[in-house]
Amino acid sequence: MDTVIKVENLTKRFGDFTAVDNISFEVKRGEIFGFLGANGAGKTTAMRMLCGLSIPTEGKGTVAGYDIFRQPELVKKSIGYMSQKFSLYEDLKVWENLELFGGIYGMSDKDIKIKTDELMVRLNFEEERDHLVKSLPLGFKQKLAFSVSIFHHPQVVFLDEPTGGVDPITRRRFWEMIYDATASGITVFVTTHYMDEAEYCDRVSIMVDGRIEALDSPSNLKKTYIAKNMDEVFQQLARKSTRKAD
Amino acid sequence: MKQLFSFIRKEFHHILRDKTTVMILLLMPVIQIVLFGFALSQEVKDTKVVVLANTSDDATRRIIDRVDASEYFDVAVVAHNSNDIDAAFRDGKAKLAMVFEDHFSENLKHIGKAHIQLIADATDPNAATSFMFYASNIITNYQQELSPTQTNSGLIMPEVKMLYNPQMKSAFNFVPGVLGMIMILICAMMTSIAIVREKEMGTMEILLVSPMRPIYTILSKIAPYFVLSVINFATIMLLSVFILKVPIAGSFISLLTVSLLYIFVALSLGLLISTLTSSQLAAMLISGMGLMIPVMLLSGMIFPVENMPAFLRFLSNFVPARWYIDAVKTIMIKGLGISSVLKDVGVLVLMGTVLVTISLKKFKVRLE
Repeated sequence: MDTVIKVENLTKRFGDFTAVDNISFEVKRGEIFGFLGANGAGKTTAMRMLCGLSIPTEGKGTVAGYDIFRQPELVKKSIGYMSQKFSLYEDLKVWENLELFGGIYGMSDKDIKIKTDELMVRLNFEEERDHLVKSLPLGFKQKLAFSVSIFHHPQVVFLDEPTGGVDPITRRRFWEMIYDATASGITVFVTTHYMDEAEYCDRVSIMVDGRIEALDSPSNLKKTYIAKNMDEVFQQLARKSTRKAD
Repeated sequence: MKQLFSFIRKEFHHILRDKTTVMILLLMPVIQIVLFGFALSQEVKDTKVVVLANTSDDATRRIIDRVDASEYFDVAVVAHNSNDIDAAFRDGKAKLAMVFEDHFSENLKHIGKAHIQLIADATDPNAATSFMFYASNIITNYQQELSPTQTNSGLIMPEVKMLYNPQMKSAFNFVPGVLGMIMILICAMMTSIAIVREKEMGTMEILLVSPMRPIYTILSKIAPYFVLSVINFATIMLLSVFILKVPIAGSFISLLTVSLLYIFVALSLGLLISTLTSSQLAAMLISGMGLMIPVMLLSGMIFPVENMPAFLRFLSNFVPARWYIDAVKTIMIKGLGISSVLKDVGVLVLMGTVLVTISLKKFKVRLE
């Protein structure tokens, strides 16, 4: 298994405040990597640096083999991104959203058409194909947003709290989609608040006050911290925090 | 290139699906032209006149006929005594009264001197001044025809000529003004709102993470409003030439060139506003308060720049519409060539370059 994300001593400071403090880790191809932390622990900032949205103050990192500092444009081509805010175009139809993002990522018209048809069948969306996105229920929208983020088959997809505000059943379905994506070779980098979701990840890192305090598979973490579940692991680590959540 | 076209198509979808906004944007110039052209007209036309002539004679009849025949007046009431005149003013049946003295014609012939009293309803002082001027003109003309050889000893008769706008049509003034305003409204306001909407909706973040080039995002945001502005420019031109009868005296190409330049300035203003704000409401307020009011008050559209206090006159230099309106007046009304508006063009080019440079620099490729 080769390495898709490699981060060494990455630091981001805003004035006196160190949002991300000297973190290092690696993510292997095809892995589901859970990026956990309380609000304000610095996980969104770290993720933004990996996506080329934010310039690191110190340290280096590569995503899909490209340097996040020197080759952000190449990084952008090889990743997908789904933000915590639902963000598709509401006044475009379902297929128009797919076509637009396909176009932005440089897919050919033929490719876009084939993949759209295939996706509509797989998601059972054929009837909604011509509907405006704003008329869809939230669960649908979230599935669609995820499908859009991996539509161009990126090497890595970054999911920033993708399941916020959805019921447990929809969340369960959403994770099935994530598993399908990894099966097709896409690496998943996901942040979440839900500790039950942490159990679905292959490996989990837990950030406290800008630093990575723990990084291992859920089962090893539970052993190390002598905990019943990931929630307890998280509680033990988060207690060390001196930083106020925002 | 494909990126750009997919994105431009999306922008047109956004606009065309918002039917109310499209209708407003397309009808706005029509409504403004109609408002300024007919409802808010400052022209004197068919002013109602009440006449009182106790002795109906040759001279009074001729003068009355002339007044009635002119396009400025319409003799509405023939009064029999001064009470009738009062009543006509009170009931709003007349704005101007012409009172001929008794034996008007005889006096004129024999003494060489006769009196007409003109009484105006001066509630609207500007209008009163204008129609008084027209009425005196008619009388003077009659007098001159009556005795062309006689030089009205000692009287200087100024010959007034209204250059470029002989009929004193206010359309000559407001058509350039409406052009200046509509373009700012559509380009600056709508563009800034469209960009800020993406920030508000969170879609901007997705675009920033994507390999979409920022310049493409900007170009495609601008494209539909550019098309709308050109359509509006055409609408205003057609309305003004065919409905308001304001001809394009100069070269249409020059006019179009200056207008495209102005659209460019307005678009870059919109872009700048969008980089400064993060909510649609703020963008609307800034472009509304910060652009509309200066355009209306400081551009010379309503109040002549020359009459402003020095400070406001100085401020007006920073209002792009001022230069554009001046250029349009010069080309469209005076019929002069592009060489006469080089200063306006220069200022607009400078403004556009500065604005576009600042906003492209500020348009963030990264979130922080």
